Amino acid sequence: MFDFSILTEWIHSQLLQFMPEWLAVTTECVLIGVVLLLTYSVLALFYIWFERKVCAAFQCRLGPNRVGPFGLLQSVADMFKILIKELISLNHTDKFLFALAPYLVILASMLAFAVLPWGNGLQIINFNIGIFFLIAVSSIGVLGILLAGWSSNNKFTLIGAMRSGAQMVSYELSIGLSVLTMVAFAGTMNVVEIVEAQNNLWFIFSGHIPAIIAFIIYLIAGTAETNRGPFDLPEAESELTAGYHTEYSGIHFGFFYLAEYLNLFIVSGVATLLFFGGWMPLHFPGWDGFNAIMDYIPSVVWFIGKAIALSFIIIWFKWTFPRLRIDQMLALEWKYLLPINLFNLVLMVLIIVYGIHF
Amino acid sequence: MVSLTIQSSTLAIAAALTGIGLVALALWLAGLISPRSFNPQKGEAYECGIPTRGESMAQFKVGYYLFAILFLMFDVECVFLFPWAVRVKELGGAGLLSIAIFFSILVLGLVYAWRKGALEWK
Repeated sequence: MFDFSILTEWIHSQLLQFMPEWLAVTTECVLIGVVLLLTYSVLALFYIWFERKVCAAFQCRLGPNRVGPFGLLQSVADMFKILIKELISLNHTDKFLFALAPYLVILASMLAFAVLPWGNGLQIINFNIGIFFLIAVSSIGVLGILLAGWSSNNKFTLIGAMRSGAQMVSYELSIGLSVLTMVAFAGTMNVVEIVEAQNNLWFIFSGHIPAIIAFIIYLIAGTAETNRGPFDLPEAESELTAGYHTEYSGIHFGFFYLAEYLNLFIVSGVATLLFFGGWMPLHFPGWDGFNAIMDYIPSVVWFIGKAIALSFIIIWFKWTFPRLRIDQMLALEWKYLLPINLFNLVLMVLIIVYGIHF
Repeated sequence: MVSLTIQSSTLAIAAALTGIGLVALALWLAGLISPRSFNPQKGEAYECGIPTRGESMAQFKVGYYLFAILFLMFDVECVFLFPWAVRVKELGGAGLLSIAIFFSILVLGLVYAWRKGALEWK
């Protein structure tokens, strides 16, 4: 497999030739920022297009097909349109908190985005507590949403924000516990080591039944965490206009929109990382010829491909299940997912410690 | 690997600044090219067309608060379990026993909340 660390080390040594160490590090940080910004926006725009196309396919429509090939440039055009829309200043909002909320939402998704391992040697933040850091920063997003709803001074946004807050904190538990199950199985929190531990078999295959249960719970909780259907009651358009971002206009609204789609990518990226081997190609122990052929597909393609395939499943949910009521939503988490998750963790630990197989 | 040459915390700060930079840049750009027009009606809350009644930043249903408290309990549990989860295999049976005590207290907490009806939405 192509190792991207060769490339990054080459850039570092090249930069060191004609500038001092601190300047080289600063330049690299700026470069990383630019790359991050580009990937972030290109991916978000792609996701908006992707979701519209998939939804259209489910409803027997064509979806965007005028701007660019297959309508690919539609979301780019939409972004330009949203930039030239007026930012309406409102009378009775809390001005400071109103302006702060989009920063928090974008910040949370950007930090979580930077932790994901994109390919062999291609990850930005490589903490030894990587996956823990990811869960920690992605919960900053809840603050942004609550602030947005509260500061707008509007009944719809307040209800939307409260629902969203209750939903996101509840389902964060399920995400945390299913991640915990897989961390116990991998024995590390470092994302790179988690991926490398899946060299022979992905965790979904090697993790016995608990890994499969953890994956299903993670997928349900991830759908809820991104406020997507059937858990889209925070922005249930028929009752709450647009939920917590009703009062935001122009590019201000665009930030929430971007972050929502990026969170979809992050949720499926983490599922890929924990259950489907991250950037690791499909390997089966003993099938040497098959494994060698799979190694020819670049690692970045594997990661993004798997993440998009999982996102497709999450989008599929939206068009399959009807929207839940708030009491059903909370009951699903606290009465079903949480007890199952706790039991699943015990099961996984028994497998690890005593080697009992199912 | 970039992270070998640069501290991860520096990179985390760089990523955070990128996020803030994205918002600031887009807002600045929008401020340059977006139109501005004043209309007293525009600043009104987007509710249902007639003037808004009452205060929106009011006290709200306590049920949400209850779930936030429950969340705190279990999230702290999760944080405590993480360091143990990394070393499950090495700690073996003895570690399992001590975490089982901690774990059962928390399960008892959930059972108590359930029996008390804290998980019902009223």
